[in-house]
Amino acid sequence: MSIVIDSGTPVLVQGFTGRIGSFHSEEMIEYGTNIVGGVTPGRGGTTHQGLPVFDTVKDAVSATGAEASIVFVPPPFAADAIMEAADGGLRACVCITDGIPAQDMMRVKRYMRRYKSDKRMQLIGPNCAGVISPGKALLGIMPGHIYQEGEVGIIGRSGTLGYEAASQLKAEGIGVSTSVGIGGDPINGSSFKDHLAAFETDPQTRVVVMIGEIGGPQEAEAAQFARDHMNKPVVGYIAGLTAPKGRTMGHAGAIVSAAGESAEEKVEILRQCGVTVVERPSEFGSTVREVLATIS
Amino acid sequence: MDIHEYQAKALLADFGVPIPPGGLAYSPEQAQYRASEIGGEQWVIKAQVHTGGRGKAGGIRLCQSEQEVWTAADEMLGSRLVTNQTGPRGRGVYRLYVESVADIEREIYLGFVLDRATERVMLVASAAGGMEIEQIAEEDPESMIRVVIEPAVGLQAFQAREVAFALGLDASLVTEAANTLRACYRSFRDLDATMVEINPLVVTADGRILALDAKMTFDDNALFKHQRISELRDKSQEDPREMRATDRGLSYVGLEGDIGCIINGAGLAMATMDMIKHSGGEPANFLDIGGGASPERVAKAFNLVLSDDNVKGVLVNIFAGINRCDWVAQGVVKAMQDLDIQVPVVVRLSGTNVEEGRRILEESSVSLITADTLAEAAEKSVAAVHQGVSA
Repeated sequence: MSIVIDSGTPVLVQGFTGRIGSFHSEEMIEYGTNIVGGVTPGRGGTTHQGLPVFDTVKDAVSATGAEASIVFVPPPFAADAIMEAADGGLRACVCITDGIPAQDMMRVKRYMRRYKSDKRMQLIGPNCAGVISPGKALLGIMPGHIYQEGEVGIIGRSGTLGYEAASQLKAEGIGVSTSVGIGGDPINGSSFKDHLAAFETDPQTRVVVMIGEIGGPQEAEAAQFARDHMNKPVVGYIAGLTAPKGRTMGHAGAIVSAAGESAEEKVEILRQCGVTVVERPSEFGSTVREVLATIS
Repeated sequence: MDIHEYQAKALLADFGVPIPPGGLAYSPEQAQYRASEIGGEQWVIKAQVHTGGRGKAGGIRLCQSEQEVWTAADEMLGSRLVTNQTGPRGRGVYRLYVESVADIEREIYLGFVLDRATERVMLVASAAGGMEIEQIAEEDPESMIRVVIEPAVGLQAFQAREVAFALGLDASLVTEAANTLRACYRSFRDLDATMVEINPLVVTADGRILALDAKMTFDDNALFKHQRISELRDKSQEDPREMRATDRGLSYVGLEGDIGCIINGAGLAMATMDMIKHSGGEPANFLDIGGGASPERVAKAFNLVLSDDNVKGVLVNIFAGINRCDWVAQGVVKAMQDLDIQVPVVVRLSGTNVEEGRRILEESSVSLITADTLAEAAEKSVAAVHQGVSA
């Protein structure tokens, strides 16, 4: 098992025929992802990379039975693409786009509440690296070869820091069940907490690594969830020890603007909630190895 | 993106927020002329700088005659204002706002922010106006009124009235206050702001509501929608290094340390800086050169990092995902050959084709220090910088 995506999950690419969409579609197909077609308004009826292109998500879903999508649409139009996916009946949507206005995302979240929670699409991102279930499927932009299949779940905001963690695990001979990037924006789709809950019930996953950063309340909420609702051990890291207050560190959401948002404060909350803290970003591999040793 | 007080006031006034009469001045003569245009017997001269804490730092002067206005403007223009929020460099004063003086009866704090917990816009108000919001939160948290605004319908009249009544405003002022609150919210929503702050919003002795100060911050990601807001950018208020970075499409934050950082990805950049700190060093900057790391980008990054005179060493940490380490290594070597770099450079590559990348670095003619792991890279860069200092 794995979370979000499995081998066989039929996937649509929104923004399929663009340069970035085309490049990553090829990579995903090569990894084994079941891409069944794409959506580019105005290109319906044509084919791209040997797959059908549709004008609308609804057309694509009814013709292909797609269950998930990945969005490579530019920032001004990406919020619209996510809402189209939600309305098209997809179960999950990964949005890679970096630079969506915060208030556009606020409206997306508001729009998605029109669907009952059991019918509501799961949005992952935006501004994320996507999802990979090693050996099964890739719904994202990460380099597949740095992930080994295994029993550790990863949830992170950052792409390359997630790669760093995964390659440290691989160097220790430790594999990954699924790695999810929730993205670096202040208002995003799924949270750390949502994926902790999914990993808790995923039989393949035994330990979860949570890679957070400064800014926002999500890491603290997730730590409290882990304390109250999880049996599986959680390992956590918070990036941004040297970040000055009030400055945005690359990710739109990486900014300390309120109490409880600095790295020190978040690390303290993680510790209090029983999360095993990775003290230094060079110690993902060794920390997970030690935690795995305690449960086997 | 931040804008000046006078710009924020003009925008807010368009939405119906009442502001005192005022005018902008670039010279003492202009300031004096503005004062005579506004009329009255006293004026405030306010330095237009992108920072708070102006009053305590001498950036706001009360003047009793037009001659005093000229003199104050002459002293302030061209100076640098150092407040408790600017750091030692301060901000250059190149524009002044001349404003009529209001007879203040009471001061109120009013702010609108994007609240990440509720993922909505939140109104924050307090009867303890004039103080910084952090100070109110610490000293008088009971006075804070918070209203979360439903994005589909916006701030309703009853919600605005509730705030006005909770602030203890006189019944005769409640409608005007509520209209002002709703006008602020509309400006926040329509202009894609991330923060609107009026501190203080005052009640005057003759029973009017006025925005005495105003701050607005806008969502950089939404500027494509708002040409008018983009035009309000004032580069004189930005750190010159950060300005160059923005103009080159790089994400840079200048810090006080001496190890320059060139990294791909915001999270990895923060983690690498953390690692430098754990190893006993201090990073000079945050710099994310983006997912790819082409030779051009690496060269731009070196130029930018080395433009900071504090930098005594550089740490390059690239995780090659979609791109390849051998290609990144060629870029680093080429940039170093072209730039004649005088400080030690530590390079750590990982990811796709890492062996090939390391071989290119080691066989190159440029003088650089290679590292295999994140820990080793941080330790080597701290050691290199410390050796440089003692030599």
